[in-house]
Amino acid sequence: MVKTRGFSKKTYLGDPVNVINLFNRFEVDEIVLLDIGATAKGDGPDLELVESVADECWVPLTYGGGIRSVYDVENLVKTGVEKVVFGSAISSDLTLLTEASKSFGVQCIVGSLDVKRTFFGKRAVVTNNAGFKIKGQVTDRARALEDAGAGEILLQDVSRDGEMKGYDLDLVQMVTEAVSVPVVACGGAGKRADLAGPILDAGASASAAGSLFVFSGEERGVLINFPERKFLEDLLAPAQKSAHRSTPGPTTEPAPMPGLRPPLGNSE
Amino acid sequence: MTICVVNSGVANVRSVVNMVKRHKVLAKIVDAPEELDEASAVILPGVGSYDAAMKRLRSGNLYAALTQAAMERRIPVLGLCLGMQLMAEGSEEGEQPGFGWVPGRFLRLTANAQQKLRVPHMGWNVVGNTDGLELYKGMGEECRFYFDHSYYYPLDAGAEVYGVSHHGLDFAAGFRFENLFGFQFHPEKSHRFGFQLFGNFLAHVEQAI
Repeated sequence: MVKTRGFSKKTYLGDPVNVINLFNRFEVDEIVLLDIGATAKGDGPDLELVESVADECWVPLTYGGGIRSVYDVENLVKTGVEKVVFGSAISSDLTLLTEASKSFGVQCIVGSLDVKRTFFGKRAVVTNNAGFKIKGQVTDRARALEDAGAGEILLQDVSRDGEMKGYDLDLVQMVTEAVSVPVVACGGAGKRADLAGPILDAGASASAAGSLFVFSGEERGVLINFPERKFLEDLLAPAQKSAHRSTPGPTTEPAPMPGLRPPLGNSE
Repeated sequence: MTICVVNSGVANVRSVVNMVKRHKVLAKIVDAPEELDEASAVILPGVGSYDAAMKRLRSGNLYAALTQAAMERRIPVLGLCLGMQLMAEGSEEGEQPGFGWVPGRFLRLTANAQQKLRVPHMGWNVVGNTDGLELYKGMGEECRFYFDHSYYYPLDAGAEVYGVSHHGLDFAAGFRFENLFGFQFHPEKSHRFGFQLFGNFLAHVEQAI
């Protein structure tokens, strides 16, 4: 498992199954697993790996990387994947995404929208690990993904990937205003407080982060970490969904799941 | 006690089986009608389009066997997400009728830009009105589950509402119709809340045997 910078420089993090196991113990809301080498290899998703990861994962698992056919999607769902991300597979043709959406429903299909600043400072849509540029505006691509049947857009800021200098909230807002499906913002989070911006100020349905949850300190030592629930609830307080609350009952929490004792310590 | 997990075409069967196994109960994935004979209970997970799932279930001869288990033998049945939707009369999503074991139809959620309401309803949400409901026992003051859907069961559609959630409007997070339970969220992906719910369902099945 690696963490990239600008979708290129890679830092080794550890075994994927171990990393996922930790995030699962931290009760993250959702895990997105992207196999960034799969498309180049051309063998499709590594189902064995996905299976071992999915078995450790008691929260929704979204998978992307190397999708070649609707059959790949079917196998992934059977393995325990909740949603499938389409990236390189739809760089020139959205048909595969549409087909998969018809079979599995839009709620299972995620369109990856990777955006990079060009040399002249403009925003360009890229694919295939940012090696390939797609013509047209970012918002056009966002709408095209939604129209083709994506139930969610994963907006990845390639230029800010791994920089830990904050999300590009203008970019996030531009995309959320262009579509009516949920948008997940990814790329740039540098401190935990950054997680609020995309959701509270830019219309995103969720904030995603990599570096923030795997590095610690100036030297970027590898340390898998995740904020406590209370911290996130306070951070996102203005955006809390209203819902029916049952009258307070006995204060028993659900028993911890077997084999999932909470990890020791969780530094800021 | 044998829990049969039905493959409604394409479903997240593995996660469901894992959840049941974690409670030290045997779970089998079934594809053929005769495999249901020994079921103490049936779990019907589901991902995918309504029509595709119903067509698959009808063509594979599971339709009759499932209806017999649900309506004649009256063993407990747990429908999850699309599985819940299939148990009802139908859905705005498709043209195929559902099993019709539970009254009512599923309607489409509407997006609303002003209220920042997006569809699908995707993400963790609170489920309320769970006091005294057997399958939500032991969840503490507030229970949360993961939702990922575009269609919902209205509160007045006929079945007993089993938990309420909100996304633009209040809708049934779950329903109950005698021996039949359905949940719109994914307990198999809802961490300890889901684990607790499965435990409660299995305890219910044990009592029912």
